Amino acid sequence: MLRTALRNLIAHKTRLIMTALAVVLGVAFVSGTLVFGDTVTRALRGASADNLKDVAVSVQAESEWESESDAVEDRSTALTGDLAEKVKDVPGVTSVRPTVNGTATLATKDGRPLNADMSWQNLATNYAPDDHDRDSRYPLSTGRAPTGEDELLLERRTAEKAGYELGDTVRFAVNGPALTGRLVGTVETDDPRVTAGGSLVLFDTDTAQRLLLQPDRFDELAVGSAPGTDNRQLAQEVSEVLPEESITATSGAELAKEQADDIVRSTGEMTKVLIAFAGIALFVGIFLIANTFTMLVAQRSRETALLRAVGASRRQVVRAVLIEAGLLGLVASAVGFALGIGIATAMRPLLNMAGAGLPDGSLVISAGTLVWSLVVGVGVTVFAAWLPSRKAAKVAPVEALSTVDQAPPKRSMVFRNSLGGVLTGAGVLVMLLVSTQEGGDDSNLLAAAFGSVLTLIGMIALAPLLSRPLVRLAGALTSRLSGVSGMLARENALRNPRRTAATASALMIGLTLITGMSVVGKSTQAALEDDAVRGMTAEYKVSDADFNGIEPALGAKVDDVPGVTASAPLTSSTLMAEDEFATVTGADPKRLERVTDLKFTSGSLAGVGPGEVALSEEYAEKTGLSQGDTFRAEIGAEDSQKLTVAGVYESTRVVEDVLGTYDDVLPYSEGGKLDSVLVGTAPGTEGLDQDIREALGNSPLLQVQDKEQLTKEEAGPIDLLLNMMYGLLGMTVVIGVLGVVNTLAMSVFERTREIGLLRAIGLDDRGVKQMVRLESVVISLFGAALGVGTGIFLAWSLGSLTGSSLTTYETVLPWARLGLFLLLALAVGVLAAVWPARRAVRLNMLRSLNAE
Amino acid sequence: MSMQAAVSASVHSPQSSAAARATELSKVYGEGETRVVALDSVSLEFERGRFTAIMGPSGSGKSTLMHCMAGLDSVSGGSARIGDTELSRLNDRQLTRLRRDSVGFVFQAFNLLPTLSASENITLPMSIAGRRPDPQWLDTVVQTVGLSGRLDHRPAQLSGGQQQRVAVARALASRPEIIFADEPTGNLDSRSGGEILGFLRNSVRELGQTVVMVTHDPTAAAYADRVVFLADGRLVDELFTPTAESVLDRMRRAGTAGRTD
Repeated sequence: MLRTALRNLIAHKTRLIMTALAVVLGVAFVSGTLVFGDTVTRALRGASADNLKDVAVSVQAESEWESESDAVEDRSTALTGDLAEKVKDVPGVTSVRPTVNGTATLATKDGRPLNADMSWQNLATNYAPDDHDRDSRYPLSTGRAPTGEDELLLERRTAEKAGYELGDTVRFAVNGPALTGRLVGTVETDDPRVTAGGSLVLFDTDTAQRLLLQPDRFDELAVGSAPGTDNRQLAQEVSEVLPEESITATSGAELAKEQADDIVRSTGEMTKVLIAFAGIALFVGIFLIANTFTMLVAQRSRETALLRAVGASRRQVVRAVLIEAGLLGLVASAVGFALGIGIATAMRPLLNMAGAGLPDGSLVISAGTLVWSLVVGVGVTVFAAWLPSRKAAKVAPVEALSTVDQAPPKRSMVFRNSLGGVLTGAGVLVMLLVSTQEGGDDSNLLAAAFGSVLTLIGMIALAPLLSRPLVRLAGALTSRLSGVSGMLARENALRNPRRTAATASALMIGLTLITGMSVVGKSTQAALEDDAVRGMTAEYKVSDADFNGIEPALGAKVDDVPGVTASAPLTSSTLMAEDEFATVTGADPKRLERVTDLKFTSGSLAGVGPGEVALSEEYAEKTGLSQGDTFRAEIGAEDSQKLTVAGVYESTRVVEDVLGTYDDVLPYSEGGKLDSVLVGTAPGTEGLDQDIREALGNSPLLQVQDKEQLTKEEAGPIDLLLNMMYGLLGMTVVIGVLGVVNTLAMSVFERTREIGLLRAIGLDDRGVKQMVRLESVVISLFGAALGVGTGIFLAWSLGSLTGSSLTTYETVLPWARLGLFLLLALAVGVLAAVWPARRAVRLNMLRSLNAE
Repeated sequence: MSMQAAVSASVHSPQSSAAARATELSKVYGEGETRVVALDSVSLEFERGRFTAIMGPSGSGKSTLMHCMAGLDSVSGGSARIGDTELSRLNDRQLTRLRRDSVGFVFQAFNLLPTLSASENITLPMSIAGRRPDPQWLDTVVQTVGLSGRLDHRPAQLSGGQQQRVAVARALASRPEIIFADEPTGNLDSRSGGEILGFLRNSVRELGQTVVMVTHDPTAAAYADRVVFLADGRLVDELFTPTAESVLDRMRRAGTAGRTD
């Protein structure tokens, strides 16, 4: 049987090419993901071990915040210079490198903020020279170490990006106002945060302490020891001289292991997501493989009958098909595995080009990856061939003797249709139920996932039934457009509803996911966009990119900018009332009125005054308070005070849960600072943002955003996410397209005689090609219509789950995008038909006519 | 209109000019060692309004002759004409057009598209050409082959004989210059076969159609006005107003002649 299977495989190699390709791509996705994951993990581990290689013990201090009532809140630690000296005196310790870690955002040489949107990536630290006046973490590439408060170093690429050269004055900000320092050198680093688009600035230790921490305090001590020291023991000894709380001493090896575990965990998460998408692609591949084997089994029924007649058992016949599938799977998986390694190799440079900043390292190909790739590839292929193989067993030996090709008996679709009906019905019911639920808690999400899968599987089962009306509909169009070719295409597509349905299903799955994600994504985006500026009439919002707040005196300078007609400084604090936590916004009601458009459901903005606050609808509902009520509240964790509800407004992003006066809230705000200043301008004045920046000192951390930028800030990440999803689902769609090509190639092959006849009686090459092309288009459009329809339904029913967190959410259909999907399906149809159509016209007419 | 004129002309005034003509027609397959001469300089005319049968043993080249004359296959030498059209001068597209507009086909088997109904199959060449069939003529054809009442059936719902009748109707429906039939009764029982041959003969006698039929069955050949005999790629004999016996008799002689030639 093995020999029969092998012979069959070789005999049908051209017809199996699409099937093999589908397995190759699916397996390549899996193996590429695994190899890439392993490679990145090892490279990151290598980098972290490298960073820690001369750290025998790491002493790390927790951050503490000291708040002196009205002063700025400052970060501090318990790790003082004295403690550092004590650690140095511990026997076995040969060196101590004390470090200070923080962030600082730079301005470029022409004054624009550098990477201020992701200020957590903008690192700042001290250059801590050792006995040889070098900091081993940061090798100098040019210049010298900084000394004194007006000197600093930049990381080489940071300096390039910002356009600074040695001797230039660098503008930067640590926690608000702009500061300057002179560039005296550049250093190298492979810290992934920096290489991935961040920046790095270094000061001498005193300056770093003053700017980033407190004088005489450190975040961390890197302790060195003589070779051969038991560092675990040393860590123990070091921790004995330290206060127990808030400072920990860990051996470098242990720290490296902790970091490695973190890395494995986070890359593991990434790998899981990618594998899930690979799984979807492979699932779609199953339809293609099953189609192919169904055809092979049907074609070979005479051979099978002969085998049965000469004594092969049913089981042997089935086994032959499965062995054939297994061999195909094995070959395709091996190729896929190799392709996956290629993908993994290409990934790093590609991602780094996009600024991912992955460290170098050799490719890691584990035995596990190979085994998994082969198991998955062979498993999927054999599984997909299993149902068709059972059909082979049903071939009766007597069929070998029949001289005419009998049309295979039509198998009843009653069972499949009923099953599909029940599954779809149940899925739709679950989803309708989900659509009445609010909030995305776990049970709702589980129900939604269950309902979605149920609906999708039900639709797959129903696809043959749906193919009749939908294909007829599409066919009506094609026959009108291109006459007899269109009519034949429609009839051909309707001929084998199971195969048409399976082909369309493969496309449907990808398109359901893409449509669903697009609808949810775009709806969320619309809601966020609406939310971001709802209730705001101001032209600009001034804030600090790093959430450091703005000094009230600085905020007041906005009013001096020509063109500014109104401004409202907003401050905030926490508030606790009726056991419900809230954020309270403080603003002068008269100023606020000129830059916002709050909708009051009761009371009015004018009613807000000392001791009188307004509540958002949401908070009013939570606490049960309404206009006129008096309640006790703790503002900023201080003693409780009596407040009166002056009104209730529709929730918006501009003002938080509670609105009080500026003077009532400012004393309790963080560091006595403003959150933001809303700025109104005279009509017709544009481009005031730069003027406002200048007036407020042009700190790199200062954000002056107009409405468009505010909206983009909220909604931008959604586009990024959607594009990533499209990319990840790309493989699924590609396999779906291969499925269409495969089906068309099979159709052409099976209908050789028909095509010969059509050409004999006068259908020219164009007509034949058109017929194949239109069949392809009809199938693709059918799949796309099912996918888009199902996707819209699922997205609609899922919409309510975001409802509570996003009050403005409503399902928005991105028509242009959905139309684009259908157009793409059309293009897919046309493209998928190119090769089969060419084969159809290349058939030798006379041989076709006499073919069996 | 021109088609109709041509047909009505041929009905009322039978012309002596040929509907199709082969002049020193040769067909060679393969090269060198595998070279096979299927047709060896065959010259032959198929008169308008006549029913001609081509006979010969297997490998005599009778099917090749038909394929070359019908524009289904290319020729290696000499010329094949339908009416005044020299087939070897036509490119693939023009040949396709010619087959569509001027030639009707009836094959031994698999004449019909399984997805189309009988009437759709009958009008298929006209649908391909984007022409509307003449309903009166269509009616006449359908009546002639006795298919009324079965026009909505799909091929799978028809018997083999009925399927061939649909094929004959299709060949007639577009009023071609010439109909080529390749063993049209090969897969039928004798009664159905007789019916089909009767329709073909009637189409010649009553509708003025020109029919060329390839067959190896003397009984079938007896329906024709003229029988030409091929052997080893050459024309070896012909017979007018044949009977099954005379055909059988000639076949034996033709076969011998072919061998000794």
